[in-house]
Amino acid sequence: MSRRLTVVALLLIAALAAGSPLGAAPVSEDTVHEVAAQLRCVVCQSLSVADSPSETARQMKAIIRERLAAGETPEQVKAYFVDKYGLWILLAPPRQGFNLLVWVVPFVGLAAGLVLVLLLARRWSRRAASAPAVARPDAAMRERIRREMAEREP
Amino acid sequence: MSGRRRVLRWAIPLAVVPVLVLLAYGFRTDPREIRSPLLGKPASPFALTTFDGKPISLDALRGQVVVVNFWASWCIPACYDEAPSLERAWQAYRNRGVVLIGVNIQDKEEPARRFLTQFGHTFPNAPDPSGRVSVDYGVYGVPETFFIDRKGQVRFKHVGAVTDEIMKQHIEKLLEEPA
Repeated sequence: MSRRLTVVALLLIAALAAGSPLGAAPVSEDTVHEVAAQLRCVVCQSLSVADSPSETARQMKAIIRERLAAGETPEQVKAYFVDKYGLWILLAPPRQGFNLLVWVVPFVGLAAGLVLVLLLARRWSRRAASAPAVARPDAAMRERIRREMAEREP
Repeated sequence: MSGRRRVLRWAIPLAVVPVLVLLAYGFRTDPREIRSPLLGKPASPFALTTFDGKPISLDALRGQVVVVNFWASWCIPACYDEAPSLERAWQAYRNRGVVLIGVNIQDKEEPARRFLTQFGHTFPNAPDPSGRVSVDYGVYGVPETFFIDRKGQVRFKHVGAVTDEIMKQHIEKLLEEPA
């Protein structure tokens, strides 16, 4: 009787485990590291949770691991930290709204710089081509050249 | 042509202006001063065990004004500066429906106990060894103090040492509100 119950209980547990694909799977350290690398260590200056050796970062990693183990997706874990700390906690600002500027402005700047350089280069090359190579000798210079030539070839 | 060149001569130095403005703004703002997204939201529940071995939970304190102070014994001088103000506020308001809770984070037990003895703190103080409460409250440094109203909402957050005036101001404000 009790053996039968045990079997039933085991089957139930197995069924439950199979039913929750994320809950049963062991958390991979790679996933923990992947999430930690995107979060700012709150007590450091510009260090990710993954890179910081601090006690706080260690605790944050433990919380990430725990939440993943409870079946949360990496996105949900990140959302939890954003909920508590604001977007500041993310090392890379999300590509939306005002933050888009951060992603767009460098490329706009680069493009504008390239256009400027191209325009200037074209103008310089045009000026170089159209400018006379040597200043045209004026009348006095022409007279002197003629005289010196004449002196050489009597 | 000369008109365009004149424009260029001005435009290039002028382009530096926005960069200077941005830099001036960036260097004047404190990167550590971040507005907590928790203000106006329900305070995260927590259950801790005080240094005296007594259980303490936020849920059990609903209906009272709760002040949660995060501290550490190595936090010099801010935590030491504010310690007397915390005890004074506790003595002044403990019979008026206000509970003050100290949460000791990123610390070791022995120096934390020494800190409590040094200041003769009589309000409940509990360690948060896993850092879970501190993350739930978005704490990024010590000391930080949260003021929770009778409905259980986080209403104010003070970063850095509190003073008698700051404690009084926030607590009185929340006591004025109907339960």
